[in-house]
Amino acid sequence: MAEIPIAWFLTLSAVLFVLGVAGFLFRRNIITVFMSIELMLNAVNLSFVTFSYRLKQVDGNLFAFFVMVVAAAEAAVGLAIILTVFKNRSTLNIDEVETMKN
Amino acid sequence: MEVVIFLVFAIIAVVCAINVVVQTHPISSAISLVGVMGSLAVLYLLLGAEFLAAAQVIVYAGAVMVLFVFVIMLLNAGTESRKGRSFMVQLLGVPLLVTLLGLLAYIVQRIYPIGASVHFGGFTQGTPRDVGRALFSTYLLPFEVTSILILIAILGAIVLARKELD
Repeated sequence: MAEIPIAWFLTLSAVLFVLGVAGFLFRRNIITVFMSIELMLNAVNLSFVTFSYRLKQVDGNLFAFFVMVVAAAEAAVGLAIILTVFKNRSTLNIDEVETMKN
Repeated sequence: MEVVIFLVFAIIAVVCAINVVVQTHPISSAISLVGVMGSLAVLYLLLGAEFLAAAQVIVYAGAVMVLFVFVIMLLNAGTESRKGRSFMVQLLGVPLLVTLLGLLAYIVQRIYPIGASVHFGGFTQGTPRDVGRALFSTYLLPFEVTSILILIAILGAIVLARKELD
């Protein structure tokens, strides 16, 4: 058997997405929560590329490209917000950052 | 051969992703996430998305993760405390996640039965040439909007992270 079923790729994408959700829900460190979001975005990108292969169109690749760009912008802004939160609260635990105002 | 490559890198990706969630130190999570992104780049190559595989390594594994590691080291983030987890999360979290995974896998298996398959070289439009052509013709407006978005994000990051001068 030299061919991989397309469902394997999509199942792998689902597994990675669910692991990202698990990290997002269970972890308490704000940076790790942020990394879980990146993991979810990567999982969805794998789905996009797989659909692009399946439909024999380049559009899925471009969607994944745009997701990548938005993820990079989001990482820059999000990490700046984390820096500001740490400067004001001196903590990275999201349970201690539950109000918007001081 | 392709099946072996897929299985090897899929297993690496899943193990690294589990490691991201399980590790208590943020640096270990970040390094594991680099492993996930690297193996996903190999899978993109398998699917014929050459440009995206390169962009994945450069943008994600390179730039974004360096940013993460930089912030972790700047803030001197240590291992996180395990206390203070809510009772509902402990009780329902894992069963609900397994349900979500089962549902997604079931839907995927129903939509794509065994017939549809991937073989290396079955899709050759993922080269930089084809991606660039589509990017600058069909997707020109989203591309330009994206450039404005990045400019705003850079300005926002600088404004948020600067030191107050007063």
